[in-house]
Amino acid sequence: MSGSLLDLAIVFGQMSLLAFGGANSVIPEMQRQVVDVHQWMSAHEFAAMYALAQAAPGPNMMVVGLVGYRVAGAWGAVVTTTAVAVPSSVLTLCVAGAWYRFKDAAWRKALQAGLLPVTAGLIMASAAVVVRSTTLGWTEALVTGLAAALFLRTKLHPLLILAGAAAAGAVGLVG
Amino acid sequence: MERRGGVMGWEMSGERAPPSVFDLFAGFFMVGICGFGGVLPWARRLIVEQRKWLTAPEFSEMLGLCQFLPGGNIMNVTIALGSRFQGVAGAVAALVGLMAAPVAIVIGLGALYQEYSEVPAVRRGFVALAAAAAGFLVASAWKIALPLRGRKLAILAAVCTFVAIAVLRLPLAVAMPVLALASTLVLWRFEA
Repeated sequence: MSGSLLDLAIVFGQMSLLAFGGANSVIPEMQRQVVDVHQWMSAHEFAAMYALAQAAPGPNMMVVGLVGYRVAGAWGAVVTTTAVAVPSSVLTLCVAGAWYRFKDAAWRKALQAGLLPVTAGLIMASAAVVVRSTTLGWTEALVTGLAAALFLRTKLHPLLILAGAAAAGAVGLVG
Repeated sequence: MERRGGVMGWEMSGERAPPSVFDLFAGFFMVGICGFGGVLPWARRLIVEQRKWLTAPEFSEMLGLCQFLPGGNIMNVTIALGSRFQGVAGAVAALVGLMAAPVAIVIGLGALYQEYSEVPAVRRGFVALAAAAAGFLVASAWKIALPLRGRKLAILAAVCTFVAIAVLRLPLAVAMPVLALASTLVLWRFEA
């Protein structure tokens, strides 16, 4: 148990400093580590964890806590959440002051502009990786497409869309 | 989803006294509980509209920094805001306040999932829930990609990132520094 707690801390600690653009941009890396490298769960299970975290309250970083729970119980959730929070928080703490001082510096603007398309690519990769593991057949593909359209085109609360999909699945309309 | 003033026990103060360590903890604790489907709107409501800890432009500036830095955007907001008013203690109080309830809830959900994931209706519900959550990511990808329209080099940088991560499955720790540096240099040299 303590071995896997340490593994969890290392895996999610380094992910903290790589999460440019927030939790959603490290989903492929998380899946790679959790499914391929450490084989803690299947890709499909990982997608279910992601979905559960989306439906729960709190920051969308919470998928990290769920993965931790699945691997090592309640302590796993605490360890992964702490590991993912601390490194980036320390960096933010150190950088915040300097950032305002260099508000108009050319390098800051260049860096910000350069990171934007990389973040966009990361989120696109996340979408591809997650869609690949949630699409078991054409009904799931339909749900994904429909949900994406509703998220983009309507003002429906995201939770309502997720709950609708879960209900449709539970009564046997999907799958 | 609109909830007004006193419902959650908050009062509009009007003045801009610096929040105490406890204020930071308690404020973000409520945000953590409320943040279904994204915490950001709730955090903005607390910080700008209800407690008036920051003005709207100050909040946007802080959010810009927090989206730029690695880590959860909203976690970074708690750190930047907490430290601005109460130093390290404020940062820790705000972050712990934000995370306390969601971590507890997630542990509960994980336990429920473990218990009931073999029930057919629950399993089917999860398959559909996962598909819809994937749709949320597709929508996010679409939204973040739109501003790149017509910018060939920026699109190239995004596509290279996509291929490196989704197709080649390269470790992010290797790919990210290379891609970030290359993208910054190329865009700065040829687009600015």
